[in-house]
Amino acid sequence: MKKQNFFLAHKQFTLFFILALAVVGTAIFAPWIAPKDPLEAVMIDSLKAPCAEYPLGADKLGRDILSRVIYGTRTSLVSTLILVATIFVVGTLLGIIAGYFGGWIDQVIMRIADMMISFPGMILAIAIAGMLGPSLRNGVIAITAVSWTKYARLARSMVLKVKRNLYVEAAIVNGTSTFKILWKHILPNMLTIMTVTAAADMGTMMLELASLSFLGFGAVAPTPEWGLMLNEGRTYMAKAPWLMIAPGIAIVIVVIIFNMLGDSIRDILDPRQD
Amino acid sequence: MSENHEIVMQAKHIVKQFPASHGRTLTACNDINLTMYKGRTLGIVGESGCGKSTFVRMVISLDKPTSGEILYHGKNITGLSKKETWENRQNLQMVFQDPLASFNPKMKIGDILTEPLMNYKKIKRNERDAKARELLRMVELPEEFVDRYPHNMSGGQRQRISIARALSLEPEILVCDEATSALDVSVQESVIELLVRLQKEKNICMIFICHDLALIRSFAHQIAVMYLGHIVETIPGEDVSDHAVHPYTKALVGAQFSVHMDPAKKIESIESEAPSPLDVPTGCPFQNRCEHCTEQCKKEMPELKEIAPGHEVACFYVENMKK
Repeated sequence: MKKQNFFLAHKQFTLFFILALAVVGTAIFAPWIAPKDPLEAVMIDSLKAPCAEYPLGADKLGRDILSRVIYGTRTSLVSTLILVATIFVVGTLLGIIAGYFGGWIDQVIMRIADMMISFPGMILAIAIAGMLGPSLRNGVIAITAVSWTKYARLARSMVLKVKRNLYVEAAIVNGTSTFKILWKHILPNMLTIMTVTAAADMGTMMLELASLSFLGFGAVAPTPEWGLMLNEGRTYMAKAPWLMIAPGIAIVIVVIIFNMLGDSIRDILDPRQD
Repeated sequence: MSENHEIVMQAKHIVKQFPASHGRTLTACNDINLTMYKGRTLGIVGESGCGKSTFVRMVISLDKPTSGEILYHGKNITGLSKKETWENRQNLQMVFQDPLASFNPKMKIGDILTEPLMNYKKIKRNERDAKARELLRMVELPEEFVDRYPHNMSGGQRQRISIARALSLEPEILVCDEATSALDVSVQESVIELLVRLQKEKNICMIFICHDLALIRSFAHQIAVMYLGHIVETIPGEDVSDHAVHPYTKALVGAQFSVHMDPAKKIESIESEAPSPLDVPTGCPFQNRCEHCTEQCKKEMPELKEIAPGHEVACFYVENMKK
């Protein structure tokens, strides 16, 4: 009853939540949804235009684009989730340490963070990914190295705010250990804003990963990945535009869904902050 | 009278200075000497910014004094190691001014109440609920409150929770930093009654910061009046109204009002503002607001002198003031 009211009261959230579930469902059930094997090459069907057999056409190796886009959801979603989780944990941890302890450790962490943001993020990511060699894992590492600073800054400022609360002082007087103060008093009181940021970042991060793959520093062939598919289709843009249209639209749709979901989560949580 | 009681804590020549902008220093506490006895209440009165909160923060080891000693059973607690300070915190607990702000909004009352005991491993995890209920009974609250959140309670209830939490470790000294000033007058009285009852039962020493002289004299055994970082008078609680000597204390007594007072009597207020603690004048701190101020007051600082048992005053003109 209460759950139902919640979903009715937040229609925008409900809509995008269902859509996001659909995206997650597509990723999970890809083998059952996809009509063909995404890696199966049928050379005689190379660059075939959309038709009954290939609803979204076939790529240069005659692989079914629809199946590749569906399987691409898996790659994109899993790597984006790992990426967001990593920057969330790393950034928050470093931010909390910097904010709570202050002093030299704060200086060291925040100066490194400053260094990171003084470069355009994508270029630095390309440099790191280039050094590590192209692979989806290295792409995630590269973007993590660039993006944790945002979370560290946010976490640090949140800690500075929460730390001033009387209950932290009360906890010190009660003999609570520093670790427990951070874990039980500070972290729960800043987690909402951090989570909202992470949710809103899903779309952006997915885009960054796709960009990196597009540039050839992320996923490697033959992995079905949207950014990579865009890159593969680039050569045939005039002759076979469906090679780029399908993954392009997939990126747009999924990024919009996650951005809007993040926005609506923020709308729900923010007014209750104080 | 207080001589018959065991001394729990002594503050000796406590000075606390903070660095301020432009190389100045802010002197929050200047040569504070106070003695606290077992089972007694020490009230500290003074206007905002006079250094009373700074003083108790040093008492509970949240701050370190610039100089001076705080002796707890004869042992200086200002120079302890982190571990020793942590051990010592069990003996010194505090009730904060704003009860709501002193609770983590994400924790339930049961967890809040037993957190100190868990920290010192005094109880096991499975005893938490029973102990929390026992503490709630102690402060006369329903046991069902264990599962509530602090924002679902009234101010008076919260302050009772605050008291229960502070007393859960059975400290020897309980510091109340304006523990009642955020409450309704009607609730204030019941909270004070609770504190006084618990003090008698557990024989604790209470330090009660307050700016309401009328309230504090009703239950404090000894009252220290602070002005601009100085103690200007210490006096037994029951004597404040009739035997106060220092002009500042007298002014505070004169500024009280009650429903029983003579409506024709004027409520005196003190002229002008207290000087900034960044720029403490030489001589008596109260000089610019004192009607009896003389040249000597502007040049020399009056020392605290005992004029009766348990009654000390820092003023050159004690004899004149008595009249």
